[in-house]
Amino acid sequence: MKLLVCISKAPDTTSRIAFTDGDKRFDESGVQFIVNPYDEWYALVRAIELVEQNGGSVTTITVGEASCDPIVRKALAIGATDAVRIDAIPTDSSQVARLIANYAKDQGYDIILGGKETIDNNSSAVPAMIAECLDLPYVALVTKLEMSGDEATLTAETTGGTNNLSVKGTFVMSATKGIAEQRIPNMRGIMSARTKQLQVVEASAVEISTQVDVFKLPPLKGDCVIVDADNPAELVRVLREEAKII
Amino acid sequence: MSVLVYISTQAGKATNAGLEVASYASALQTGEVIALVAGDISGDGGLGAVGVSKVMHCADALTDNSQQSKLTKEAALSIGAKAVVFSGNSIGNSIAPRVAIAMNAGYVAGATGLPEGKTYTRNVFSGKATAHVQVTTETIVIAVTPNSFGIKNTGGSEAVVEAFSADVGEARVTLNGFTPTSSEGTVPLPEAIRVVSAGRGLKGPENWGIVEDLAKALGASTACSRPVGDMGWRPHHEHVGQTGITIRPDLYIACGISGAIQHLAGVNQSKVIVVINTDPEAPFFKAADYGIVGDVFEVLPKLTAAINAL
Ligand SMILES: Cc1cc2nc3c(=O)[nH]c(=O)nc-3n(C[C@H](O)[C@H](O)[C@H](O)COP(=O)(O)OP(=O)(O)OC[C@H]3O[C@@H](n4cnc5c(N)ncnc54)[C@H](O)[C@@H]3O)c2cc1C
Repeated sequence: MKLLVCISKAPDTTSRIAFTDGDKRFDESGVQFIVNPYDEWYALVRAIELVEQNGGSVTTITVGEASCDPIVRKALAIGATDAVRIDAIPTDSSQVARLIANYAKDQGYDIILGGKETIDNNSSAVPAMIAECLDLPYVALVTKLEMSGDEATLTAETTGGTNNLSVKGTFVMSATKGIAEQRIPNMRGIMSARTKQLQVVEASAVEISTQVDVFKLPPLKGDCVIVDADNPAELVRVLREEAKII
Repeated sequence: MSVLVYISTQAGKATNAGLEVASYASALQTGEVIALVAGDISGDGGLGAVGVSKVMHCADALTDNSQQSKLTKEAALSIGAKAVVFSGNSIGNSIAPRVAIAMNAGYVAGATGLPEGKTYTRNVFSGKATAHVQVTTETIVIAVTPNSFGIKNTGGSEAVVEAFSADVGEARVTLNGFTPTSSEGTVPLPEAIRVVSAGRGLKGPENWGIVEDLAKALGASTACSRPVGDMGWRPHHEHVGQTGITIRPDLYIACGISGAIQHLAGVNQSKVIVVINTDPEAPFFKAADYGIVGDVFEVLPKLTAAINAL
């Protein structure tokens, strides 16, 4: 089994969000970076489990500069076999997807996995776009994945419920909660990650179709109006008369 | 120039998410709004009233997003649409990015409003910031964040329904079954207008009755914090926050939830936030519009009674 897992560098969930360069760029100073949780906890761990059961390899792929290497090493410490980094500044979803698809197209992967979304860009787009670039089937929001031979059985979230699905042959998927449990790398994993292969490949020529004019922080909420606990009817009144919401 | 809008239907009617994106497409005011529906439709599915003039109807309810993507592309090409609009819900998010690649179009994921000039606003950093993005391609695919625009009746007349088909190839993903997460008639959480949510302060799953009663009184959906989902007190699909579902209802009532940054990320775009917590120092109060410092076990039944008395 040959699996490819897309992993992205993301700011730690408690990071202070600030911008620089005329608010056109995320300010990385003082920010702790992690593997995007959906990529790590769900896609990567399930891929490792499948290879533990069936044999094969898990390669991670990341579009980014050398500053991504620590999070790539973390993925290797958790149990990925080897890693690829496409050396480019990730700018938008279609650029990242096209770069990964261009690399993956003749490598014979059985499954290409990603997380549900990144916690910084929140597009939920890259795995679907890779699937389109490679003309492959795509299953989004997978909460359960079992393999038998070249047939996958999946449970996936969709609007208003869950689908039970099956796919034969190569496919692309995004993973979400339920498919696996987070793994903490152990000492042996961390040691062996140092010597695992992290291949840096040059980016293919890909066009960028969007551009950020500016990032903004949301306006601060005004003060919270405290209502007496013994008089919830007052809350109902303000929700109705002031907020006009009920 | 006409706009194509992809619509999901349920029992022959456009879903609320569908009506919302059709409203959005009308408000773009770039020209005729044409809807694409794959599956059941009765009459015009309610789409004329939100500004759709024509429905392209494919009778086959396609379940493979590569087929849905091909169908959308062919429909857009056939009417010369330069903008294709989807709901940014689970279904839309599985098709729209494919269409963007297939049409070499720039993609705006999670647009939260109409563009200003050519600039679209979208949420990033899990709701902690917005990005104002320009698309540099001629053709554009937009996924609109559920509940960010609303359904706007234009008073338009019944839309014309025309059969449409295209060569979409074989389905490669087989659908063996669908299990609804909510009982018939309740709204999927991302589309809910009112949400009552509860956290570890409820002490145990056996205490959720008071949360459900309040939700029922308000016609709200229920949600929960992550630990509550993790401990199995509530189903996973109710977990909201940075690593759960992002919602933006008109009213969010948080009961016994501390308001950790990761929780706030998924709910802080709610129009009005009410927090009920025994701890006046709970961080959630800083993100709230209204608060009650009190015990959920006492406050919720009283609040429910007050609403039922309306
Ligand atoms: C990477 C990462 C991602 C995360 N993602 C999410 C996410 O997506 N969503 C999420 O929710 N969390 C997430 N978390 C967890 C988050 O940090 C908090 O731990 C979690 O939100 C706390 O849940 P809680 O408020 O239910 O519980 P607690 O923090 O334990 O708060 C319980 C609250 O209930 C109050 N209380 C107790 N008894 C009563 C009573 N009788 N009446 C009224 N109030 C009472 C207490 O004062 C307290 O404020 C994430 C954490 C990490 C590290």
